[in-house]
Amino acid sequence: MKVALTTKKHERAKEHEHDKRHKDKRRRKKHHHPKTVHRAKPHGTLGLALPVAPTTPPAPSPAPVPAVGSPPITLAQGRRLLWRAGFGPTPGQAEGLVGQPLEQVVFSLTRPAGAATLTGPEPVNEKGEPLDPYDVWGDDHCWWLDRMVRSDQQLVERMTFIFHDWFANSNEQVNSQRMMLEQNELFRSMCFGGFHDLFLAVTTNPAMLVFLDGIYNEKGNTNENYGREMMELFSLGADRGAYTQDDVHEMGRALTGWRAEWTESTGLQNFHYDPSYHDDGVKTIFGQSGNWNYEDAVRLCIENPLHASFFVTKLWGYFIPSEPSEATLASLQSLYVSSDYSIRAIVEAILQHPDFYEGPELVTPPVVYNAGLLRSIDRPIDTTSWAWLSANAGQQLFYPPNVSGWDFSSWLDTSTTRARWEMASSVTEKTYPNPWADAEKGESVYSATEEPAAALASAMAYWGNPLLSSESTQYITLFSETCPVGTSKTEWELSPYRAMRQNALRMLIATSPDMQVS
Amino acid sequence: MARSCSCKDFNRAALLRRGAAVAGKGLPNIEPGMPVPAGTGLDRRTFLLASAGAALSVYGASMLSPRHFEEGIAEASASSGPNQPVLVSIFMEGGWDALSVLAPVKETRYKELRPTLGLEEGSGVTFTEDETLMWHPSASGLAELHEEGKVTAFPAIGYEPQDESHFTSRHYWEVGQLDTNARTGWMGRYLDLVGEPGNPLQGLSLDYSLAPALATETMPVAAVSSPADYTMSAEGLYEPVLGPALETFGALGALAAPSPAFAQARGASYDTDLVLNKMADFVESEKKSGDKSAVPYPKGEFAERLAVLAAMLHTGMPIKCASLNAVGSYDTHSDEVDTLAANLKETVTAVVAFQRDLEGRGLDQRVLIQLWSEFGRRPRENGSGTDHGAGGNAFLIGSRASGKMVGEFPGLTKLDENENVVKTSDFRGMYCSLLEQWFQTEAGLVIPEAASFERPVLIKS
Repeated sequence: MKVALTTKKHERAKEHEHDKRHKDKRRRKKHHHPKTVHRAKPHGTLGLALPVAPTTPPAPSPAPVPAVGSPPITLAQGRRLLWRAGFGPTPGQAEGLVGQPLEQVVFSLTRPAGAATLTGPEPVNEKGEPLDPYDVWGDDHCWWLDRMVRSDQQLVERMTFIFHDWFANSNEQVNSQRMMLEQNELFRSMCFGGFHDLFLAVTTNPAMLVFLDGIYNEKGNTNENYGREMMELFSLGADRGAYTQDDVHEMGRALTGWRAEWTESTGLQNFHYDPSYHDDGVKTIFGQSGNWNYEDAVRLCIENPLHASFFVTKLWGYFIPSEPSEATLASLQSLYVSSDYSIRAIVEAILQHPDFYEGPELVTPPVVYNAGLLRSIDRPIDTTSWAWLSANAGQQLFYPPNVSGWDFSSWLDTSTTRARWEMASSVTEKTYPNPWADAEKGESVYSATEEPAAALASAMAYWGNPLLSSESTQYITLFSETCPVGTSKTEWELSPYRAMRQNALRMLIATSPDMQVS
Repeated sequence: MARSCSCKDFNRAALLRRGAAVAGKGLPNIEPGMPVPAGTGLDRRTFLLASAGAALSVYGASMLSPRHFEEGIAEASASSGPNQPVLVSIFMEGGWDALSVLAPVKETRYKELRPTLGLEEGSGVTFTEDETLMWHPSASGLAELHEEGKVTAFPAIGYEPQDESHFTSRHYWEVGQLDTNARTGWMGRYLDLVGEPGNPLQGLSLDYSLAPALATETMPVAAVSSPADYTMSAEGLYEPVLGPALETFGALGALAAPSPAFAQARGASYDTDLVLNKMADFVESEKKSGDKSAVPYPKGEFAERLAVLAAMLHTGMPIKCASLNAVGSYDTHSDEVDTLAANLKETVTAVVAFQRDLEGRGLDQRVLIQLWSEFGRRPRENGSGTDHGAGGNAFLIGSRASGKMVGEFPGLTKLDENENVVKTSDFRGMYCSLLEQWFQTEAGLVIPEAASFERPVLIKS
């Protein structure tokens, strides 16, 4: 497990930004209001319990995994699919899916042809310069965010995002954005292949060898770090009886032999396997004895009877918050093993499962929320602020909090919610109506007559008409109807207050609880 | 989990606002450069409250008065106020190396197990309750407080069977039981018992996200990275529109939620709005009073957070449990010597400053600090670091801490089956004692099987 990211520099960057952009603003005046005591039902902080692989999973079953079949897709299904298997719809994208056969839509995500197409302007920083993802803090985050926003292979990026969490390495320790991005490319290129191949590639990936001390694990000085996590977090799960502390140690021995060289100018390089550092003795893992090496270590995990249930449950949990039924779990396991550990086969089954469409909501991760807002207003990456804004919301790419990744069950609290507000405000920063626009300078002055309903419609259209619950819509409508917009006696207020109302409505929609879930 | 839909309340709230907006023609101006309407002599907040009160009277005496919210906070302050105990939990993430923090330098076995990492005898202060142990030089601040009788040390705390996974072990400590499926934190369950529904500050993580130990079932809790930064503004959005917009933002959080995810989102909005108001109050009152700690804190985010926590407690903010992460990571599989020394030093220096600040402010009788980690590390080093172990260190710090070691240091000659330090105290026993002796609460209501754990004396009688 590794350290949480250092936040000081983000804060400094933030303050700087804040001074620059908000110096004309006033602190919010406080509004104590009786509504705050009308909380009939107090609540706690527990939102979700993500699915965990059971201690004794059902036996694999050749019965087919339940599927919705291939009915014409509905708007609600299309939106959910685009948010969970991608990074939210671009304007009109969900509407465009309506009526197509569901299976066809799923396959269009899981079976992309050729290289991805990135539509729209290349990413730049606030000065309009190209990003420098290998060397500049935050440019790595924004480089990937750009792919999430622009790639036409949305699920490839989403799977890469899932495996970044699954095999969570942080640049806080790896200390090389280049190595992190190379690992990122590994996830991208192997995300629909066999999990055995991916796991083996990750095991010898330089970023991972640094992060979990693989290069410090040598004959006579066994370092158990990777050996433990490869079973606990990557393939088998803790507390299921899949392995013992002895297995951890023996696994550590099997993994010995990876090395790297360090030079002042280049840092760590030349990652390689050196048999002279490998422990050649007999190791006993899961009751099987042999002179096991790192390839055997991975194979033994994959062949462990508790691996298939772990894999399919963990992958399921990234898409569906409720537990799979016993029958579904049994079928998924069988499909996984019979397909030679195919990631694609399982993803396709999950994306066609009734629970995906009929089950409860998931909280949208911060980076997905960020990418989704940008996609909905068609804004390219033109600033690198997203790195620290996203960090404050609880997720900076390439800096997961520890090797178990981010906690997908508790994204939202009073700190991260405020950060999402700030993020949403930044998304609007280039397209919001300025209340103090000056007509004499040729600036566009906001309508002085816009009615509340039209204001709300305009704000909804700004975000591509997302789906809000009727309860939330009712409250936001009430706000639109009651917020001060000036009177005939204070004519100077009519336009600026209406511009402010428009900005408020946009914020209320984007930060509504409805927009945090899909 | 579902919130009640209080549409009736909202309509009333909307009516109140509408009334305020109409009357608001005479509002004192708050934006620079805008024409100033005839002033009323009231600031905006007083005005809103007054107008709300007038409107409420129309709806009858059964309605809550507009002052009720502030009274609610005042009540909360009374039950979390000057005489109420506060626990500040500080997590040393990654499993700190107990054999370096309190190093058994006089044991021959120590030198055998730690040929390169072992501390030299005499390089730190001797631990007076067991002279075979020596404080790490970076922990000399703790030695000083210990000398004053303000540190209760647990030289080998843990549980059996020890789980060597960070996540599982930390989870056990957070939830106060050996149950991987438990969802509420041990402090969270305490808050569920004694907390107030309108007071998210009762359980406060000074961090970018909430500590799992504070996770509650029913009561709101909060995470605030920095009170001064806890503001909400937006592009092109100012008063008089911003205030009602933020109120609506909070109101959206009070609606019914069809799923746990939705409930999490709504609850977070509601609490964010509440905390926003409280932080604005705090920052404003700090500015007015010019409050400043008489004690110098070291630099760094961790120290800054402790400093602001002392100031918040000083203003009577209704905090019962607070949680922070210590500086750095203690998962020292490699490069242990430098990493541990630096992180430990920065952490301990800040903690000592905090204790001195509490003493200076007269808060030290009601605040207890807990330092903990998910486990100790393996006695046998791996070359440049140490792997995950079992029995580790915890400390309780405060003017009312008993100052008496709990459980002895078991020595290194007899290790457990995984060659780790054998624990001599159980963290659940510590929690039970904290609940009973510090919080005056029945431990059995918070810790499962509480009766089975020995209760060490943790508090001076």
